[in-house]
Formats: sequence, C-alpha cells, structure tokens
Amino acid sequence: MSMLEELKEQIRTALPDLDMVIAWEQGFDAAHGTPLFIRTEADVDRLMVGPLSVQNPATYLPALVKAKGAGKIGVVAKGCDSRAIVELLQEKLISREQVVIFGFGCNGCVSQALLEGKIEEAGKYSAELTGVETDGRTVKAQVAGETLSFDFNDVTFEKCLTCEYPNTLIADHFVGDKVEVAPGCEKAPSLEEFEKLSQNEKLSFWQEQMRRCVRCYACRNACPMCVCRDHCIATTHDPQWISQENNAQENFMFQMIHTMHLAGRCVECGECERACPVNLPLMLLRRTMGEAVRNVFDYTTGTDPEVVPPLMTFKVEEENINERGW
Amino acid sequence: MSGRNELRVEGRELRIVGFLCNWCSYGGADTAGVGRFTQPTDLRIIRVPCSGRIDPLFITRALVAGADGVLVSGCHPRDCHYAEGNFYARRRLEMLKQFLPVTGIDPQRFEYTWVSASEGARWQEVVTKFTERIHGLGPAPRIQGGSGYDELCLRHIEAGVLQGETCPCNKEKGL
Repeated sequence: MSMLEELKEQIRTALPDLDMVIAWEQGFDAAHGTPLFIRTEADVDRLMVGPLSVQNPATYLPALVKAKGAGKIGVVAKGCDSRAIVELLQEKLISREQVVIFGFGCNGCVSQALLEGKIEEAGKYSAELTGVETDGRTVKAQVAGETLSFDFNDVTFEKCLTCEYPNTLIADHFVGDKVEVAPGCEKAPSLEEFEKLSQNEKLSFWQEQMRRCVRCYACRNACPMCVCRDHCIATTHDPQWISQENNAQENFMFQMIHTMHLAGRCVECGECERACPVNLPLMLLRRTMGEAVRNVFDYTTGTDPEVVPPLMTFKVEEENINERGW
Repeated sequence: MSGRNELRVEGRELRIVGFLCNWCSYGGADTAGVGRFTQPTDLRIIRVPCSGRIDPLFITRALVAGADGVLVSGCHPRDCHYAEGNFYARRRLEMLKQFLPVTGIDPQRFEYTWVSASEGARWQEVVTKFTERIHGLGPAPRIQGGSGYDELCLRHIEAGVLQGETCPCNKEKGL
C-alpha cells in the first residue's frame, strides 16, 4: 500500500471522532496545492500529499480549536508544520487533546514560482504543467507530454535546503518510513550572501524592498504564530503603531513588528515569504532572529512541547548575554 | 542640568531617546542633576515604570522614525523594584540588539545598561559616552521611499522596459 493510500485509510478510520482533518488537495492547476478540509468520507479521496503540499495547516488550528463547540481537529503535518504545532502547544494556544496529528516523512516541497521559472527557462509554457513529483533529489515535471527533470535544490524553498526536521515531530499516526535528515546546507544561502553587505547597503536594500510592500498582511495571515488576528497592533488605532500611509518607513516598521513578535517563536516555516505577493525576502529577518535565539538561549523553537519559550522566562545569570559595562 | 555641551557636531544636537525606569535609572539621572554633574543635553528621557515595560518595538519605532540613538537603562539585575522585570527586559533587549544588524540600522545606535538611583556619576558617564558614540556615528540615515509607484519607482520601471530581456526584474520572476 502506498503511503498516500495508507494515510487515507488512517484518516477514514479516525474521521468519525474528528470535526475535520486539515490537509492538502490539488489546487486550481497542476502547479498548485491548496488546503483541504476533510469533513466527510468523500473528501478523503481528494487528499494530496507531496511536493506541492506547501501550506502550513497549523495556521488554522488556534482559531478552530477556540471556536464554539469545537471538537477534535485532525491535521496532516510535515516536519516544519509539526514544529508550529509544538510551538502552539508550548504557548498553550492549543491543547494536545484537541488535535490529532497525522505525520509522515517529507521529501521537501517545490516552490511553484521557482518551478515555473525553470520550466520557462527550458523553453516550455508553465501553464502546460500537468504533474510534479520528487524523491528529494530530483524533481520531475510533466509539461505538455514531456518529462522535465530538475535538480531538487534548484526548485525548492530555502527552508527545505536547510531542513533538519523532515519527519513530523509529534504524531498520533505516522505513515510511511522516516526520511533521513540531510540538510543541503547549514545556513540559508540568501542570508549568507546578505550578511556580506555593508550596513548602508543593507539599509538601502530594505528601503527598496519595503517600498514594494503593499501591506496586504498576507505574511501575517499565513503565519501560524500570528495568533492575535483581529487584534494585531499593526491595525489598531489606539495605540497607533503604524499609520495607514504606505511608505517604506511604515512598511518596514510593520515587518519589524512581525519579527519582534516572533522572537523565540518563529519556527521558520517560510509561510510569510511564500505568501508574499511581491516576493519580499522576509525570511532574512526571521532567520536572523532565529539565529539570535539559538545563539543566546541554545534553543530551537518548536521541538519540545514541554519547554517554556525563552522569552517567557529568564535566568538570573545569563550565560550568553554580556552585562554591558561602561 | 548644564546646558553647556562640547559635543555638538556642527552646532546641532542629535536626537537621542532614553527609556529610563522610574525606580533606578530615572532616580540616577536625578541624582546626577542634583549633584550638578555636567552632561550632554541631546538625550530626551521617557520615564517608564520598569525596564520590563519597554517593548523592543518602542526602540525600533524610534529608530525607524528617525531617532539618532536610543538608550535604555533600568535597575541592575537582582535590584528590580518589581523583582524580575529587568530579567525579562534583558532577554528582549539582547534579541533586539542581535536582530538590528540585518535591518541595516546600526546596532551601535542602540544600547542598554543598568544604572541605580544612587549612581549619579555612573549616569553621567553612561550618558556622556553614549552621546559621544552617537555623535561619532553622526545623524542616522533617513528611511525614505514612498509607496509602490512613486516617481523613482516609475523611473526604474521605465529603465527596465528599455533594457528589455536583460532587465534584472526578469530574473526576479525566478526568485
């Protein structure tokens, strides 16, 4: 039995006790996956798990478990999604009894934007794409009856290149074999490149990027950790943290709000960057913050449901923080 | 406080924002004033109940909005009036300190330290050194740029159209 069939079977068995199971299905064309909310037996057949299962289903959880009369919610989670679930558990935003997690070993996701770029580069029309498959090393795309083969590293997200948690971390049901952990590189190449720039170059880079931001809040809405939703301080008028004016300064401030509110919480699932309609390199900010947390607190977010997140606690003597003498 | 200030660059003061906790550092600054210690006058003090009250976003807001420097000062660790406020503050402020480099805002423009109510001389030293440092860096570069399609942006687009296929924006599609 293939992994997908096994997963479908397990969902079918568990479904009677659950309100719904959040997973993925094929989107409006062959290049897109889209979230699927399985409520009935018939929905199970639409399930799709693979390189296009990019969305993070954990994003829906906090609102769903809070809803009136909510029962148990099932969720199919990749390794990175499960980190978001663990982080939500750590912060007590969801409780373990309320979620049933279906896990599997993820071979990595394919960035639809990069894939389309590669297909066009090969002289084909990305609109004629009919199927995508990957084994973690190569990506095979069916375009107009032909099979194009790409190096996985060329069409994947950076988060998959550096992925250390391809297997679902906590799972009630785990299907298939565990995937071997083999990060392609230790540090995201874009961040490594970016850090080589001088202070002024960085600032002008962000100015150029932030003027493109349309403040649609897609990054916020796609974020599994942005749980304030309608009470986000970016949209309140009292206090008014940022004005409604759309300029580089205000947009930059919004991104700083997002990053600071994710300090020690961000699981680096990359949803903000993927959701961005103007391709802002938001993960540069998130990864820098993540690195600071790892360096100072020796802590990786979303790996242990029992641990208190570092900014919700303190030590009287901090090993890695210099007392600033004058 | 003394109005005399030898640190003025080209005769103008810079905008330094200070967040001081009510119980220690604000008292320390007061002690320095009562003791008539000479201090530079660039610092604008905002009194907060505790350093734990300081949201790191206060600091980024100040820096993004054009402050040349931000100084945060609270009670020494273990001396917090509310027992543990500054322990939380220390973690948050350190995160901000390590995050700032990626934004292109000079992390030297932000500093946090601890000054108690009796340490008037220490306050004088802190504020003088920090002001000196900010004057060394000069006025902070403004974060500019209007909304998506202002004049500069339109010029870029025009230039891109002229370049045709070789325009880097074609590459951007693949990002």
